[in-house]
Amino acid sequence: MIDTLLASLTDGLLIGVVYGIAAMGLTLIFGVMNVINLAHGPIIALGMFGVYLLFTNLGFNPYVALLPVGLFGLLLGVVIYFVAVNRVIDAPHLSSLLATFSVSMIIVGLGTAIFTTTFRNVDYSLGTLSLGSITVPLTRVVSAAVALLVVAALYLFLKHSRLGKYVRAVANNRTSAGLMGIPSTRVLAFSFGLGTALATIAGGLIAISLPFTILSGGVYELKSFVIVVLGGLGNPVGALIGGLILGVIEGVVPVFMKTTWVPVLEYVLFVLILLVRPQGLLGAKK
Amino acid sequence: MILEVKGVTKIFGGLTAVSDVSFNLSEGQIMGLIGPNGAGKTTLFNCINSVFPVTKGNITFRGQTINGLPTYRVARLGLARTHQIVRPLNELTVRENVMAGACFGRHNHHLADAARIADEVLAFVGLAPRAAMLASSLNVAQKKRLELARALAAQPYLLLLDEVLAGLNPTEVSSMVETIRQIRAQGITIIMIEHIMHAIMNLSDRVLVLNYGELIAEGTPQEVSQNESVIQAYLGDPDLAERLLEMERE
Amino acid sequence: MKLWRNPGLWIALAIVLIIAVIPVITGSASTRETLFNVLLSIGLASSLNILLGYTGYVSFGHIVFFGLGGYAGFYLIDEAGWNLLPAALVGGLTSGLLALLLGMAILRLRGAYFALATIGINEAMKALVINLKFLGGPTGMELNFQTYRQYGGAGQMLWIVYAGVAVIALLVVMLSFFVKKSKFGLGLMAIREDEDAAEVMGVTAPRAKTYAYVLSAIFPGILGVLFFFKQGVIEPGSAFRLHMSIELLVMVMLGGAGTVLGPILGAGVYQILRGSLLTSNLHLGGLRIRDVQLAVAGMLLLLIILFIPTGAVGWLRSRSSFLRRVLE
Repeated sequence: MIDTLLASLTDGLLIGVVYGIAAMGLTLIFGVMNVINLAHGPIIALGMFGVYLLFTNLGFNPYVALLPVGLFGLLLGVVIYFVAVNRVIDAPHLSSLLATFSVSMIIVGLGTAIFTTTFRNVDYSLGTLSLGSITVPLTRVVSAAVALLVVAALYLFLKHSRLGKYVRAVANNRTSAGLMGIPSTRVLAFSFGLGTALATIAGGLIAISLPFTILSGGVYELKSFVIVVLGGLGNPVGALIGGLILGVIEGVVPVFMKTTWVPVLEYVLFVLILLVRPQGLLGAKK
Repeated sequence: MILEVKGVTKIFGGLTAVSDVSFNLSEGQIMGLIGPNGAGKTTLFNCINSVFPVTKGNITFRGQTINGLPTYRVARLGLARTHQIVRPLNELTVRENVMAGACFGRHNHHLADAARIADEVLAFVGLAPRAAMLASSLNVAQKKRLELARALAAQPYLLLLDEVLAGLNPTEVSSMVETIRQIRAQGITIIMIEHIMHAIMNLSDRVLVLNYGELIAEGTPQEVSQNESVIQAYLGDPDLAERLLEMERE
Repeated sequence: MKLWRNPGLWIALAIVLIIAVIPVITGSASTRETLFNVLLSIGLASSLNILLGYTGYVSFGHIVFFGLGGYAGFYLIDEAGWNLLPAALVGGLTSGLLALLLGMAILRLRGAYFALATIGINEAMKALVINLKFLGGPTGMELNFQTYRQYGGAGQMLWIVYAGVAVIALLVVMLSFFVKKSKFGLGLMAIREDEDAAEVMGVTAPRAKTYAYVLSAIFPGILGVLFFFKQGVIEPGSAFRLHMSIELLVMVMLGGAGTVLGPILGAGVYQILRGSLLTSNLHLGGLRIRDVQLAVAGMLLLLIILFIPTGAVGWLRSRSSFLRRVLE
């Protein structure tokens, strides 16, 4: 029993880190500009396809492929921002929700036509790693490590680089930041791109371990919502911790009850947190 | 006594916005509430009409305890209020805005009566020609009148006016002062927060002065303007100090 | 009552009636099928409009009422042998009850939080139903084909259900109009414009919102029973399709939220556009239009959000006061 639990716990934590950076992408965008990016899921799916295509057609190592994929995610985010979000950034919430949702419809629509809905697989394996009684695919460990590296890089960037400080300034108070001479529109576009870059990287990492289609993003988008609410809307650390918690729940709960009850648990938890502690476990951005 | 405020304190986290404020208000009076910016005047209003719950203290309106009641219940008991930054119902017409005030105020009117009252009140505040326009199309002075009209349409016993003169030019101010006099003549009790000293001093029967959340003076306009601690409090706020001194010279 | 003489009401009812009557006149079954979807969407979108357009609360997961009501009614017909009409009513009541219970909890949330909560509820309900054996679990329930004999055979049944959906659509449009013109509606719109200011005015927001939520849930519940009875089969995926929920939002926004006519126009245009895209043979840059139907709809929605957020009817109403009086 303990062995099964430990194995499930490990599995959960490893995938949880990846969930975490996906959620960080979502929460970052909300934290900086109060927008919930409903294109989050399809963008994750694009990241999956990016890594898949670079690996399958150009022979890239999937982990190396994450770099161009992340860059693509950044650029895509900037474009989406200028096309769909900038105009409605100060409008009532419904407008930005529907704007990003329409982008998601466009991505899924085009993606379905181009890629169809057959499942794709990144056929890449590094063998297994044994830790005592537990055996895990090494790719999962590497993916988790890469995810943590990304988090560390993001942290350093936001804390120490000039652009990172601009992002934090704009997140804090956009009007004041503008008055201080910070080009807030461009910073907002960049921040959106940063959020989508995290999403594509997360997608790429997931694709290394699991099969997917253009529609798979939706599942991870829902998970991201749950995580973001758990950790606190706008709180990046909360997103990471929330990701770990969700990963553990998904890993450990099926040991005790039928797998099909896990989503029920997740969503009920989601709604309960919204009702009882909407600021999440770690506190939302004000 | 239409309003009895006893020991009201409001603390937000670490900040004490209102500290142990007590006063009584008789029916038919106009009471001025002044004080430097940040003194807690609007917060006191928010406590009185139950937008915030009080941390300590008691508020009685016409013999009934109202702190702890939801905002809408207090409104229906006959307590109306305008806001410092106006809050029009933008996508509704001017008439619909005022009808809303009439429908959900003291008397719970249905639409037909509310329309009639709305037209009367709009005529009173001078917005009748704009009745069919959207609230968002009005300018600031007109929006302030709309806010006032909406509050009046509820036929309140007590009206809280939060800086209803701010942002108006001198002509508009005189006009509004006259309107406020007429409101009092209809028997409505008024508490007004204002920074425009000559208006407050001219209109008020009594004046309360808040500073850093505390009541530092209470009395007739004359008494208050000569009060040492009031002058000191305002000297911390140069604009108002000047106005206060100006008024002394008058 | 003077309200009955308002042209806005009659224009709206007339449009729905004309749509409903076309297949009866032509006798065409395929037209009937297309217009069935249109009328269904009109009913659903107009119901959503009460919550979204009048009260300003964005429900992304509204389809949960369609699915839950559908399941309740389907179960009664399939397992307990009930007749369609009472089953449909129970479906509506079940949804209304869910809205009442949920409303008290989640209507305390604002803006994005409320929207997320509605998604959570839809997904939770779907995940729950998958686990309930008596509702058929993940494969759902299938209606015994013999049941249709009680209604004069499958062919006649289709017409009966069509009539049902048409009647509901007319009822919802009427409800929508009377709510909009009522004191209750004024309270809702005050909440939409500025909920805190509305409460300061004396609007009992919690109660008003809950009533709006319940009203917006009942007819989707009834429509769910009619729809799935016609389908002959119900399963969690089709009953709680989040995507369908969002399509309703698009229809309301396209036509004009907060108007009576808006959801009607939006539903009509959207369904017809979707239908024509799905069957068209046009090509766009190497891709068949029908495959990118979703992308085209997305672009359409984006254009509306960016440039005409008040929707078609909202835009028309802003053009002249005559149009404002005539188009509700």
